[in-house]
Amino acid sequence: MSTRSGAEAGNPSGSLAVLHNVKRPDAAWNEGCGPFRLHGRYGLFIAAVFLVSSAATWAQAGAAQPSIFSVLVKWTPLLFSGFLFNILISVMAMAIGTVVGAALGLGQISPNPMVRWVGYYVTQFFRNSPWLVLLFFCMLLLPFQFNLGGYTVPLPDWMKATFGLALPVMANVSEIVRGAVNSLPSGQWEAAESLAFTRRQTLWRIILPQCIKRMLPPWMNLYAILTMATVLASIVGVSEVMTLTGEVLAAEGGRGDLLVPLYAMILLWFFLYCYPIARWTVVLERKYAVNT
Amino acid sequence: MTWTPDQPMVSIKNVHKSFGDLEVLKGISFDVMKGEVICIIGPSGSGKSTAIRCINALNDIDQGSILVEGQEVNAPHLDKLELRKKVGMVFQQYNLFPHKTALENIMMAPLLVLKESPADVEKHARALIKKVRLEGKEDSYPGELSGGQQQRVAIARSLAMDPDIMLFDEVTAALDPETVKEVLVTIKDLADEGMTCILVTHEMGFAREIADHIYFTDRGVIVEHGPPATFFTEAKDPRTKEFLSQIL
Repeated sequence: MSTRSGAEAGNPSGSLAVLHNVKRPDAAWNEGCGPFRLHGRYGLFIAAVFLVSSAATWAQAGAAQPSIFSVLVKWTPLLFSGFLFNILISVMAMAIGTVVGAALGLGQISPNPMVRWVGYYVTQFFRNSPWLVLLFFCMLLLPFQFNLGGYTVPLPDWMKATFGLALPVMANVSEIVRGAVNSLPSGQWEAAESLAFTRRQTLWRIILPQCIKRMLPPWMNLYAILTMATVLASIVGVSEVMTLTGEVLAAEGGRGDLLVPLYAMILLWFFLYCYPIARWTVVLERKYAVNT
Repeated sequence: MTWTPDQPMVSIKNVHKSFGDLEVLKGISFDVMKGEVICIIGPSGSGKSTAIRCINALNDIDQGSILVEGQEVNAPHLDKLELRKKVGMVFQQYNLFPHKTALENIMMAPLLVLKESPADVEKHARALIKKVRLEGKEDSYPGELSGGQQQRVAIARSLAMDPDIMLFDEVTAALDPETVKEVLVTIKDLADEGMTCILVTHEMGFAREIADHIYFTDRGVIVEHGPPATFFTEAKDPRTKEFLSQIL
């Protein structure tokens, strides 16, 4: 159905992808977030791992050892507070990254070539750096306190980690904004220009309102990815859920049989938090794909 | 030198424009008097659209002069916004703002650009909706309107700025044959009211009916021009003859 005679003549395999009439409205602005997507079956798999490993631990437990259930019950409040800390870091990093990234993205489409140049290279630099490297840079380069108008403001590790995670978020948001603006037909700019709108009016009244719904799904996808990346903060010593899990395992005397159930429980929490976001993203993508 | 209505409203002299190595306009000149209706016809790629897009500075020009009510468009510090308040433009693809209703599309520019009072703007906008025969569609979004309806909203949107000149860039080219007529009727109404109009069109019958003067462009120059009565019957240039024989 997709082959034309010209395509077949030029290509022995009989199909040239570029000639297919495939509508990919998201191609320009979704590229920053990759093909990652959460599926419900992942959650079932994680839940199964959690239940099976808990049962195995329970069955094997010696008489002298506390049962798996009492261990889980005992440590869940602590671990869950750690998990909430991860959520806090993710929300703050997302907020900072979105505000700065939006400004950077608007810089990338500025009529001023210097601003555009800076916006482009800053975005590319942070978008193409490993998240963990950026995190280490922030941990090591930012001071533990700084002076603000005579007051000494402390900068704890978790805040440094938040900044470190906000950097790649910023770069990805910048690309989402640039991509969404560029995905609008140029006729929108021309119509606004011919009605004597200034560039600022055109951007804020015509272009950006149309971009919001195009940006929302990749932005939510980015947030889900960021949430899962917050556990990187454990590597740089922030007391979030992964660090606490390691400490709980140590406190329980390094019992190997606790390892799988505990980590599976953490996985399950992340899944339960991120999966609704992923589902909602898919729903929004479908909805807006029809409208645009 | 101040412009007076007895001088040409638009005066185009020896305009050249290139896109990269491609010279699209190779010395175009014509004048449009107040109240005149001008049609520009010609084969695709002959520079028709570029020519009228230069009049409101959507394209800048490389050489030559375009005077709009005595104001030089090809000036280094042109006030584009002032120019565009005088020159309305309607596009082939309508280019309505899809996140705004028909009425909001029409009201936006007078509110934001001319800073007129909301009550006046709304009154004017509703009158324009009536004028383009779209009563009842005030609260429809562009996506809910047919192509012909969208194009009439686009015309009303331009008229809301009270322009002195209207530019129409192949405004019926993207429409179904059935809806072409409703848009042409709207343009005819405007022309009858004395609006100065410059149209790029492929509708020969319409051009013949509405135009005071017809220009035929080919490969970046005006090959031939004249009033419709003589243009269609007494064309002299072989290129014009060939084009007309294919179209008519």
